[in-house]
Amino acid sequence: MPLVFVVAEVAEVGWAGLRELVFRSRVAELLGNTARLAGGAVLLCAVLGVGAAWLVERSALPGRRVWHVLLVAPLAVPAFVNSYAWISVLPGLDAYGGALLVVTLSYFPFVYLPAVAAFRGLDPALEDTARGLGLSGWAVFRRVQLPQLRVAVLGGGLLVALHVLAEFGALQMLRYPTFTTAIYDQYRATFNGPGATALAGVLLLLCLGLLLAELRLRGRRGYARTGAGVARAGRPVRLGALAVPALLGLGGLVALSLAVPLGSLALWMLRGSSTALDRAALLEATGTTLGLAAVAAVVTTAMALPTGWLAVRARGRVATLLERSTYLGSSVPAIVIALALVTVSLEVTPWAYQTVPVLLAAYAILFLPRAIVTVRAAVEQAPRVYDDVAASLGSSAADRLRRVTLPLLAPGLGAGAALVFLAVVTELTATLLLAPIGTTTLASAFWSASSALEYGAAAPYAVVMVLLSAPATVLLSRDARRGLTT
Amino acid sequence: MLGGTRLGRSTAAAAAALVAAGALAGCGGGDAEAAETLTVYSAQHESLVRTMLEGFTEETGIALEFRDANDAELANQIVQEGDASPADVFLTENSPSIDVLDREGLLAPLEQATLDQVGARYRPSTGNWTGFAARSTVLVHNPAQLPQDQLPASITDLANPEWEGRIGIAAGGADFQAIVAGVLALRGEEATRAWLAGLERNANVYPSNSAVMVAADEGEIDAGVMYHYYFYRDRAENGLKSDDAELHFFRNGDPGAFLSVSGAGVLASSDQPEQAQQLVAYLTGPEAQQRLAESTALEYAVGNDVPSAEVLPPLEELQAPEVDPGSLDQQRVTELMQDVGLL
Repeated sequence: MPLVFVVAEVAEVGWAGLRELVFRSRVAELLGNTARLAGGAVLLCAVLGVGAAWLVERSALPGRRVWHVLLVAPLAVPAFVNSYAWISVLPGLDAYGGALLVVTLSYFPFVYLPAVAAFRGLDPALEDTARGLGLSGWAVFRRVQLPQLRVAVLGGGLLVALHVLAEFGALQMLRYPTFTTAIYDQYRATFNGPGATALAGVLLLLCLGLLLAELRLRGRRGYARTGAGVARAGRPVRLGALAVPALLGLGGLVALSLAVPLGSLALWMLRGSSTALDRAALLEATGTTLGLAAVAAVVTTAMALPTGWLAVRARGRVATLLERSTYLGSSVPAIVIALALVTVSLEVTPWAYQTVPVLLAAYAILFLPRAIVTVRAAVEQAPRVYDDVAASLGSSAADRLRRVTLPLLAPGLGAGAALVFLAVVTELTATLLLAPIGTTTLASAFWSASSALEYGAAAPYAVVMVLLSAPATVLLSRDARRGLTT
Repeated sequence: MLGGTRLGRSTAAAAAALVAAGALAGCGGGDAEAAETLTVYSAQHESLVRTMLEGFTEETGIALEFRDANDAELANQIVQEGDASPADVFLTENSPSIDVLDREGLLAPLEQATLDQVGARYRPSTGNWTGFAARSTVLVHNPAQLPQDQLPASITDLANPEWEGRIGIAAGGADFQAIVAGVLALRGEEATRAWLAGLERNANVYPSNSAVMVAADEGEIDAGVMYHYYFYRDRAENGLKSDDAELHFFRNGDPGAFLSVSGAGVLASSDQPEQAQQLVAYLTGPEAQQRLAESTALEYAVGNDVPSAEVLPPLEELQAPEVDPGSLDQQRVTELMQDVGLL
């Protein structure tokens, strides 16, 4: 739907106008910037995510459970809070370096989570066999484990890249111009922005390229383990002398991604003068946010289920196309989606304009991929043969869904819902434009106070945002630790 | 397997509870009083607007509903909504975005009595909207690094080669772009283009006015262009970002003394035009203006005979240049800034 809107607008501009808007040196520069940031972030997130996942899942590191929760927790810190914190700690931060640092620290759990789940799901028998054949530990990792992690890491990498494409708040604060920040600049200036939509069109093409690349890299192989009996827990690898640097590395990662933003929030709380806290307002915003995010999580995950299912079980062009098309919405800045929904909603359902259902539709368009990635991974690892066996034992379709399929997919569904929940808690633009009038969420209250420079008043909202997100991250971490094929 | 089922059930139960909570939250804000409620789209800082309009409902019996977002977002939204817009009144932080609505023919003329409450220089000649607050352009500098006697006489001097690498601007923000629009209105297109090209070479671009202020405060740059109230508010809050900085007002009718006004207008599509007019009249009237002057916003009051907050240099002494706020050409500003590479 947003795609149709963008294409229609682009068509209206016409080819000549388009050429003028798109083939500018500025656009080339933005393209370079966006690609450099997305590429760097995916690479760093992949290294950090897989490295941390290996340490937590496969090494004999002390306190692995605690590390696990701490490594998922950065998801609870909104990227713009992270960005703000880093600017106050290191004001001289170089634009590219700062942007790369902030997006990596904000988004590496997107790779870490599926990587942990995949390590869990790996059959240690394969590794033992490889070791028995004389491969070293490193070679086992590279030739046996890494190929099996491919789907998980690529899915996570795709999420990171899409988020980088659409990230606005954090990058604008760090003055790192990308397509998305340029689109906002256009909206600021021209007000029925053909320029903005043309840029959004380029962004959609970029996203399309990413989706195709991921598809090619992923390949067609399935990795479900069947008939291997109960998977044994793997034997943790002793780190020996490497334990200390490994611990320092994990500690550093956690400190950078958690301690810096939380520390500066505390500083605002303590040092601002506008700290007069309106408890009732805070409570109301918390309730609204909780309600919206929970409903959006349920609705979006429910929408993701059939798509994720079809993409794996009915592998084919149509199913793939369907699955891939949902990713497009999340690569476009929220303002494009929100304004498209303004038009569509007023044309088609004028009575529903600025009501909760339209807002939920916006959330679904923006965050569906988060749910699909996890649901898909769950379906991927749930062997079809269980379903067939149940059928051969005389179980009806509805019964199979209830007793076989859903229990198998439950961790994936829970993780998807948690990811959507986290995103909705911090969403700002679509909420501002489409929420029923008078709605205040934590994110909008934080924005309102911090844009008026009342940091003391803003801080409590950010703190509650983080607290509210904590249970979702715990849920995520639990699911990931149990692995997706319990 | 068993664990999975158990978790599935408990998650489902939790989700059901949350759905119920969500439905309740959704119903809470329903249409309780449909009779006399004005819908206000507001891009000016929430706390300031609420403070100024505190007594309105009590005095008139008209309830208010607010949708708060940025200038650009709301102006785009209203253009997109067209005649179907639920908004009755639009309040902006800077004037260009309300002026866009004026040019699109989406605003209704204001009553003369309302216009008369505000000095002519703070409203456009069309009379379709009016200023209700003003902010002055300033140069923020760290006196240890840039002493008084080395300050530039005009904002246009900042394009000279000797300022290379020494100044900061928040080029992407609506605030700075309003200042450029002021320069454009006063000096014309060629001079503005040359000035912007100089700035492109000389200036570090920051994401916000506060970032410019911090950079000047900490000596990362010698001076930066921003609005006055960031400085005064930070001093009032805790001075963390401004304790080593000072402000320089350009005065002398210089483009650098440009005053940007926050605009208020009534939507032509409003179904309660009378009440909407009443709101704008109240906002520019003595009571609301007095509240503005006493608030922590530290922006300038523009109502006749209402002095602004005492910490600020008086508005009349700023010697701001004469610019019709309805003549600011935001679109041309963006094109020029894109041409020289600042956007």
